[in-house]
Amino acid sequence: MTLDMISKDQEVIIKSIKSKTARVYALRFGINEGSKVKCIAKINNGPIILRKNHQEIAIGNGLAKQIEVETQK
Amino acid sequence: MNCHCVQEMLNIPDDKEVIALVGNPNVGKSVIFNKLTGRYVEVSNYPGTTVDVNYGFYKDYVIVDTPGVYGISSFNNEEIVTRDIVLNTQKVINVVDSVHLDRDLFLTQQLIDYQKEVIVVLNMVDEVEKNNIKIDIEKLKENLGVEVIATSASKGEGIDKLKEAIDKNLFKKGNSTPNLEKVLESEGKKFSWESLAEAENVFSSSVSELQEKIYTLRRTYVDEIFNKTVKFDTKKIELKNKLSQVLINPVTGIPILFATLYIMYYFMGVLVAQRLVDFTMNTVMGEYYLDFIKGIVGKFVTNLFLQRIIVGNYGILSMFPIIFFGLLFPLVVAFHLFMSILEDSGYLPRIAALVDRVFNKIGLNGRAIIPIILGFGCVTMATMTTRILGSKRERLITMFLLGLTIPCSAQLGIISGLISRLGFWYLVVYIFIIGFIFGLVGRILNKIIKGESTSLFIDLPTLRIPRPSNVLKKTYYKSKGFLVEAFPIFVAATLILGFLDATKLLHAIENFAQPVVTGFLKLPKEITEVFILSIIRRDYGAAGLVTIPATKGQMFVALVTTTLFVPCITSFAMMTKENGLKYSVFVWISSAVIAILVGGALANLML
Repeated sequence: MTLDMISKDQEVIIKSIKSKTARVYALRFGINEGSKVKCIAKINNGPIILRKNHQEIAIGNGLAKQIEVETQK
Repeated sequence: MNCHCVQEMLNIPDDKEVIALVGNPNVGKSVIFNKLTGRYVEVSNYPGTTVDVNYGFYKDYVIVDTPGVYGISSFNNEEIVTRDIVLNTQKVINVVDSVHLDRDLFLTQQLIDYQKEVIVVLNMVDEVEKNNIKIDIEKLKENLGVEVIATSASKGEGIDKLKEAIDKNLFKKGNSTPNLEKVLESEGKKFSWESLAEAENVFSSSVSELQEKIYTLRRTYVDEIFNKTVKFDTKKIELKNKLSQVLINPVTGIPILFATLYIMYYFMGVLVAQRLVDFTMNTVMGEYYLDFIKGIVGKFVTNLFLQRIIVGNYGILSMFPIIFFGLLFPLVVAFHLFMSILEDSGYLPRIAALVDRVFNKIGLNGRAIIPIILGFGCVTMATMTTRILGSKRERLITMFLLGLTIPCSAQLGIISGLISRLGFWYLVVYIFIIGFIFGLVGRILNKIIKGESTSLFIDLPTLRIPRPSNVLKKTYYKSKGFLVEAFPIFVAATLILGFLDATKLLHAIENFAQPVVTGFLKLPKEITEVFILSIIRRDYGAAGLVTIPATKGQMFVALVTTTLFVPCITSFAMMTKENGLKYSVFVWISSAVIAILVGGALANLML
């Protein structure tokens, strides 16, 4: 599934990020494919707020749709 | 590398060696800079605001404070500035935020990979314990291969140790990312910092596959170091970030945003624009100063034409200082004070996240709220800050909407004063009309401007209580910078207006515009002067409305029309500087047409 589909408090692993630019940006912020992130807030049809360790990042809906994630078992 | 490029770039003495102070945004670089050099520099909690480069002296070194960046590349202006300084300097003090070490170490490792001589400053160690984090500093030192010094710069802790490390010249080249050489060799490149910079696309804003490969390698390596050296417990974060969530969640966040805007309106529009300005503009400048200057000029200048240009209604020594110092100065200071508090608290990026969804509909992402909010202070300044937006397309849309719909602080103050006399429902309809035009024009621009807008991708800094000393210093420097920039344009604009007035051309223009003003807009002919004044400064125009004899309906039509009317001369100049004359002329003409059409439609409905 894609990142825009996850719900608040859900923990997921980033599988792939379609946009090359977003991948490069994310790598610098500390997020890469395989990173475990937690959704700490979500605005309907709006941005997803993720946290990895102590880092919080807001990702717009359009970009979130391009990020494949896998739910944590 | 022995190069004096940074010295040349910044015009600093080349007998001193340069140390670049480098780090992510909001890690406390500027505080460390201040403690080392004793010179003030802006301290900001919003990424993208520290664009100026400051430098100061520490013993035989020149310390250069670079803009906060997440890596050495060219994705925005700040990064280009930092890139140029870092690549031309050998010694680097890299400041990292202890709480966000996993993020910050990417830049640290990049600096090490570029074979810089580095000292790492592990700042904000006091927050580490509060957040249940444990950092093994010795292990970190060993893994990075460079000196690591723990500080809590805002409290002054650890600064002595940092000074000692600089004095003893403990700058060291660290351990490069493993396998980096192999990657470069597989591309047929010999390893050197220059070939690495080229492979990492350091001089381009686009991204490449090789760059991504190197970034992934570095990120994986840095994560390994982080996992080996840092232990943390995320349970405590949950509680700490409750407030952050309250600000972002629409149910609680939107009322808080409106409350913040109301406080801003009350502070700017009522306390400052009405009460304080009434004293500074009308009493201090309008009475004491004006009497004084008229008296002096009357003694020495006998020519009536010259007298009119100097101390007439639009005189260079009468209207200019009254408006500039009596009206603009208090408003600009008040606005920067409020904005500095917002910036330093870390609230602005959260507002961006909150409004992102709505802004997507007009081709923007949430980041555009920053220039829009700044626009309520001064559209000119806001036009400049559209630089933080991701694409040219977004900048074009934002600048247009700023020029068309956003009233600046003084205008807002005057409008709210006048509209409150008309009644509550006029206020509601006014907000509705301006909001509707904002959305409609935004959607049209989104359709007609080619290309795609960027998606929101923004770092949310830790929420902090702003330090009063930082807020005051920032207010001082920002206000000073703005007033210095506005000064010459104001002088020129006043001279033009004074000339028009003294040669009676102003009167001729009034007659020429009469068919539109009295015919189509059904307004008294004196309003023409308000429009002419609005071209110079929107707040000049709005101030002119106060004295115009008009019915309730006419006043309402006039308020809507002047709000939408053309951007003032200073923002026109800024728009031209940013996007060229063709674009600013287009915005100018469109705004005039939209304002007159909307005003005319309202007049025909209401009057």
